[in-house]
Amino acid sequence: MTIRHHLSDQLLMAYAAGQLPEAFNLVVATHVSLCDECRARSASFDAVGGALLEEAEEISMGEDALARTLARIEGLPQATRSEPLRGAGIFPAPLVDYVGGDLSAVRWRKVGGGVKQAILPTGKDATARLLYIPAGTAVPDHGHRGMELTLVLQGAFADENDRFGRGDIEIADEEMEHTPVALAGEDCICLAATDAPLRFRGLLPRLAQPLLRI
Amino acid sequence: MTGQAGQPHLRAAVEKDGLHRKKDGSVAKENETDWAALMIRVRDHQDRTAFADLFRHFAPRVKAFLMKSGAGAALAEECAQDVMATLWQKAHLFDPARASVSTWVYTIARNRRIDALRKARRAEPEELDWGPAPEPDQAEALETQQETERLGRALAALPAPQRTLIERAFYGELSHSEIAAETGLPLGTIKSRIRLALDKLRHQLG
Repeated sequence: MTIRHHLSDQLLMAYAAGQLPEAFNLVVATHVSLCDECRARSASFDAVGGALLEEAEEISMGEDALARTLARIEGLPQATRSEPLRGAGIFPAPLVDYVGGDLSAVRWRKVGGGVKQAILPTGKDATARLLYIPAGTAVPDHGHRGMELTLVLQGAFADENDRFGRGDIEIADEEMEHTPVALAGEDCICLAATDAPLRFRGLLPRLAQPLLRI
Repeated sequence: MTGQAGQPHLRAAVEKDGLHRKKDGSVAKENETDWAALMIRVRDHQDRTAFADLFRHFAPRVKAFLMKSGAGAALAEECAQDVMATLWQKAHLFDPARASVSTWVYTIARNRRIDALRKARRAEPEELDWGPAPEPDQAEALETQQETERLGRALAALPAPQRTLIERAFYGELSHSEIAAETGLPLGTIKSRIRLALDKLRHQLG
């Protein structure tokens, strides 16, 4: 698997700084699970946090703070290496966590035209959802408000500009209006997150939007 | 640091006294605390004295970090204790070749902050099978610690406005759309080293 479309420095730094909405954290963590390049870049931004902490001024702890913490860990056995959560099928571990299982555990809802989606439970400042787009189907023409991240988990899609396969992430901003089409072959499954509702061009999808939460 | 390195006889004397030269030519003092070694004593021997040393150094920094991020003094104090207790409890996850102690403490403190102040979750990437190396690679571990020190010096050397922008991003004063990722910091060496380690790991697993 060769990943050609990566996370931006801006997203990786915001992830390291802990400033992303939960839905975006999920997409970043899922991409990093698949992409060693972004895992290494992510670690380098964590190190900036470490350097800042090291250089930071100090604010004295309460007099009994150490004694209290020592007393706390006295009754706190060191955790032993527990089996970390594993990926399952096309879902890396963070997604397994949010879905509560593999692909078969997803509760899809039909959006029309064979397209299905499943909203994942995250904080309200952004929305994360899984999208199922049958091979060869166009996703309704849409523009964006805010930022939208789309990570391919299976199959591939292409828009006017580029092709996106498993592990690739598309970062769309307000200027972007495009018509992504799932490529022939395998049905396309994506994890998408946006910090604003999508607006579809057609009348019907626009009416349906509040109901579907897309 | 001026002078010493340039005078051969002085350097020899210094080395005889047990000081060693780092890769970048600076001289490491013996009283420069090796946080990673202390962390390993906590990890492998549940050493409370080592824990106390780590606490005295890091807890006041974590408290300052949390207060700059908007926590009141009482909450910051409590959370700093939580962070240090987590450091004890999750010591088995510390690998000196992957991250310096300050970087590791930072990630624990950041996650605690997200929990306490934003009441949100932060999805973590799938863990790779790094496995605890039975014989930790000393050279790699040293390299990792030195990288963080170099990064700290580069941070201190940045022009004030640029440094302030980075601080504001990490102290949570900027939203994700306001964050500019152009740090002006030499992150390439850290990225490359971790990337190499990942390639090696993939090779072993494959």
